[in-house]
Amino acid sequence: MQNEIQLDKLIVRATESIESSQDLKMLDTIRVEFLGKKGELTQQLKSLGQLPVEEKKAAGQKINEGKRLLQQRIEQKRQNLEAFALDQRLQSEAIDVTLPGRGRTTGGFHPVTRTIMRINSLFSDLGFSISEGPEVENDYYNFEALNIPAHHPARAMHDTFYFDAGRLLRTHTSSVQIRYMEKNPPPIRIIAPGRVYRCDSDMTHTPMFHQVEGLLVDSDIAFSDLMGHLEMFLQRFFDQDDVEIRFRPSYFPFTEPSTEVDIRIGGGKWLEVLGAGMVHPEVFKSVGIDHQQFSGYAFGMGVERLAMLRYGVDDLRMFFENDLRFLSQFN
Amino acid sequence: MKFSESWVREWVDPGISSEELADQLTMLGLEVDDYTTAGGDFSDVVVGKIESVEQHPDADRLRVCQVNDGTGSTHNVVCGAPNARAGICVPFARVGAVLPGGFKIKSSKLRGVKSDGMLCSAAELKLAEDADGLHELPVDAPLGQSLTDYLGLDDHLIEIDLTPNRGDCLSIRGVAREISARNNAPMREPEFESVAQALSDTFDVKIDSNSCCASYAGRVIRGIDASAQSPLWMVEKLRRCGLRSISPSVDVTNFVMMEFGQPMHAFDMDMLEEGIHVRLAQQGEKLTLLDEREVTLDDDTTVIADRKKAVAIAGIMGGNATGVTGDTNNVLLEAALFTPLGIAGKPRRYNAYTDSAQRFERGVDSDLQQRAIERATELLTSIVGGQAGPIFEVRNDSLDRQFPEVQLRRKRLAEFLGTTVDDQRVIEILQRLGINTREVEDGWMASSPTWRYDIAIEEDLIEEIARVHGYDQMPRTNPLFTPSIGAFSESDLPRFRIQQLLVDRGYQEAVCYSFVDGEKQIHFDPESDALALANPIASDMGVMRNTLWVGLCETLQNNLNRQQSDIRLFECGLKFVMQGDDLIQKPVLAGLVAGLRNPDHWSASPDSADFYDVKADVEAVLGLANGRKFHFESGSHPALHPGMSARIMVDSEACGWLGTMHPKLQKTLNLSQLPIMFEIELEQLDQGKIPAFEDISKFPSVRRDLAVILDQTVSYAAIRECVEKHAPASLQAVRIMSVYTGSGITDGSKSVALGLILQEFSRTLDDIEIDSAVSLILNGLEGDLGATLRT
Repeated sequence: MQNEIQLDKLIVRATESIESSQDLKMLDTIRVEFLGKKGELTQQLKSLGQLPVEEKKAAGQKINEGKRLLQQRIEQKRQNLEAFALDQRLQSEAIDVTLPGRGRTTGGFHPVTRTIMRINSLFSDLGFSISEGPEVENDYYNFEALNIPAHHPARAMHDTFYFDAGRLLRTHTSSVQIRYMEKNPPPIRIIAPGRVYRCDSDMTHTPMFHQVEGLLVDSDIAFSDLMGHLEMFLQRFFDQDDVEIRFRPSYFPFTEPSTEVDIRIGGGKWLEVLGAGMVHPEVFKSVGIDHQQFSGYAFGMGVERLAMLRYGVDDLRMFFENDLRFLSQFN
Repeated sequence: MKFSESWVREWVDPGISSEELADQLTMLGLEVDDYTTAGGDFSDVVVGKIESVEQHPDADRLRVCQVNDGTGSTHNVVCGAPNARAGICVPFARVGAVLPGGFKIKSSKLRGVKSDGMLCSAAELKLAEDADGLHELPVDAPLGQSLTDYLGLDDHLIEIDLTPNRGDCLSIRGVAREISARNNAPMREPEFESVAQALSDTFDVKIDSNSCCASYAGRVIRGIDASAQSPLWMVEKLRRCGLRSISPSVDVTNFVMMEFGQPMHAFDMDMLEEGIHVRLAQQGEKLTLLDEREVTLDDDTTVIADRKKAVAIAGIMGGNATGVTGDTNNVLLEAALFTPLGIAGKPRRYNAYTDSAQRFERGVDSDLQQRAIERATELLTSIVGGQAGPIFEVRNDSLDRQFPEVQLRRKRLAEFLGTTVDDQRVIEILQRLGINTREVEDGWMASSPTWRYDIAIEEDLIEEIARVHGYDQMPRTNPLFTPSIGAFSESDLPRFRIQQLLVDRGYQEAVCYSFVDGEKQIHFDPESDALALANPIASDMGVMRNTLWVGLCETLQNNLNRQQSDIRLFECGLKFVMQGDDLIQKPVLAGLVAGLRNPDHWSASPDSADFYDVKADVEAVLGLANGRKFHFESGSHPALHPGMSARIMVDSEACGWLGTMHPKLQKTLNLSQLPIMFEIELEQLDQGKIPAFEDISKFPSVRRDLAVILDQTVSYAAIRECVEKHAPASLQAVRIMSVYTGSGITDGSKSVALGLILQEFSRTLDDIEIDSAVSLILNGLEGDLGATLRT
């Protein structure tokens, strides 16, 4: 009986010590004090031998219960202290997550490149591949082979930069059509993006700009296919519900019939965005393609014009000033 | 071309609104550029007559007019116009009238004199751009009639932008024909009576066969009344086509040109010396033109001459000495046909872009000359009187046009357009366009009318059908084409990938002009040649770039001037390199970096980017071409710092440069920062290797570090080459851990620490093997490069 009372008191005392411990080290000292080899509870267990046999069992059970209880409380406390310590550490390690990250952010593509990439990607979905040609061209590829002989009035529409009698800066990417068809038989599906040059400079003209030429030649291509494809392209390019597209008869020496394509956004003004038409038989003749067996369409679009409409740029000249405050808006 | 809607409607009435008409023209390929009302927006302006004029008592330049507006009473109107005088009829804005711009006319006092209304100039009514006095109306104008009614101002002015193939539409007749075809409405030619021959005078005309004159028709008219004035209806019609009234002779020739499309000329016959000779000019021959400029002619230019001198540049402009004046009594009318090829290029050369040249350059109806003479005679004699001789015409048979039949197959038409057009509509369209057509089994045979120069093949006819039928009436289809997979190979490196890499590494792409300032470019490489433009748009855009650095440095400077810092730029494009007379157009990637290594940052030191920062970017780019072995050699380039420049090599071929700008060039360019620049030939990056798997060793690798002291001039490339030469096969990689000079190291020497990674494929290396490998390497470095082990 007396032992029981002593045991209860011991447990109360030990529990108080456990509860009051401040850290893991103190808690361990307490554990040793009560449960260690020389600990008070261990001593009590050892003293069981002095008890009569009939009491020994019951008292032993009591002491073991007390031991389990204290072990439990110590474990509980240990967990609490650990949690507290982690909490403390986390608090002390807190940083200002709103400060900017270290290192360099990405740059950006020029809006012209960005637009060309988008055009390329839309046409590559249709199975077009990309072709390129030289920018310093000769009269044959830029004019003759495209059914624009010397003194043709259409030459007046091209303010051409010349180097000498033979060489000039290409005035359109249509020259790539000829170069490609000379080397590749139909079926043909190419687009040719690139720089073109005209001797003209004012609010709405820069002496250099970009075009994307397109050429599709196959055995049974109709004018309605040209309109179908270009309409699909423009709708995808502008990706807006309020875009209207209009095909208007026009004239290019290298296509027949020819068309200008105008778009109108949100009921505003019609704006010309590309020229197109069915490849002229003379052009096929100059590259040795039988125009009775094959037909095709060609188009040329002004990249800057499309970029201006798409991104709301109102001054063409900004594209070539390369002001970082302008360029970085397209990143 | 500018014209009046009501004039076209005299020829054809399609029964559609003005707006629809304008829209139709655009959709026919005659793009409407401008569409305005014929007069300004005004009300209550009537025909008034100045009955008398008195000087204003208090103002020298003002006069007080009594104006009769047909109501029976006269109005006191103060007017400052110089031509205000008694007896003339002018537009009179009554009190209460509203003039263009919302200007209201009220009763007022001008310098103390009452003024009830305003007398108007053409400009004030927006009938003309400018005016130098009151707009004088014919003296028999009905007083009090609304000016809008009197001048028929309920009309629209339409300006169309014509493509170069449609010279036939540079006339009312041509435009009307288009409207007629579109609406299947009949076209009514104006009716007029031929003037009978009253004289026998003709002119001796000779056409040289090497001239560009295909036909020359003329007529003599004698005894005209030089004081006569062109009638109002003609003046108004011309005004609405943008032509000023000059004199009856000139007005009539302009009128016929506008009406039919035949440019004409009126000579003062008495100034011509015997006969007309159409010939090529003599080289250097001089002629003073109607605009009083003297031009020097080339011998490829056709002139109209008399026996002694050139009197006009054929089809372009008449001469001043032989033109019609206020004293002219006898006139020679000319209606000729000149070939487009003969005229092309000349308007530009002689700076004479006349209405006539514009038409001949595109092609004038080759069967119109006599008819034009008939029409002009009728109009002219009705105004100025006179007696006409016979019409004479001389043709140059060598320039006769042919009009062969062209087939139009029904099946081809449908296949080419992707839609079927009714036979009936096809015939209607062709006939309304004046294309002679007959039906054959599989379609039609058609031949061009004399006014068209663009109908020679089947596709030309198909275009006519499509255009008039309306592109908007045709379906949009998705073509069936032969499927094929693009030719792109796995080993191809797309340019876009390279651009993307630099963008991801913080570079901004620029697009610079391909032509640059030659004087600036020469500083980048004084030895280099540049291809010069014959007709540059500006002197600082005179030559083709032979390096992209010129444009990038200019971009750098512009941005530094705009307070931008920390700049990384690249551009992809062609450079134009001269090798002797040969031009090579090389695609290159170029870039430059100026400013901080990292952007201003709270935890970073603000170090400037240096050679090695940019080298890392260049190495990353080169690394995209998988399997290609690039290396850097010390080299010298005039634009680069001699101690900080590397030639980029692939195998033994140079393919680019990397370096810090030469401080001398920095000074020349006046740059506030010293950029690090690179340029790489992109063709060397076009192809990489397709990855080929190699087995991976299952045994651990070991690393040994080795620090040696070497002469400072020994390059890392040499050290590495030496290590690789002496190391056993187990050496997998060499890392460069540090390069140190300074305290503890003799001047002129450096300490280099290497990390050696060793590994065998079939077993774990033991200590003896490792030590032996390290000794081999060390011995090699000692023997070849005079290195000593750092202890």
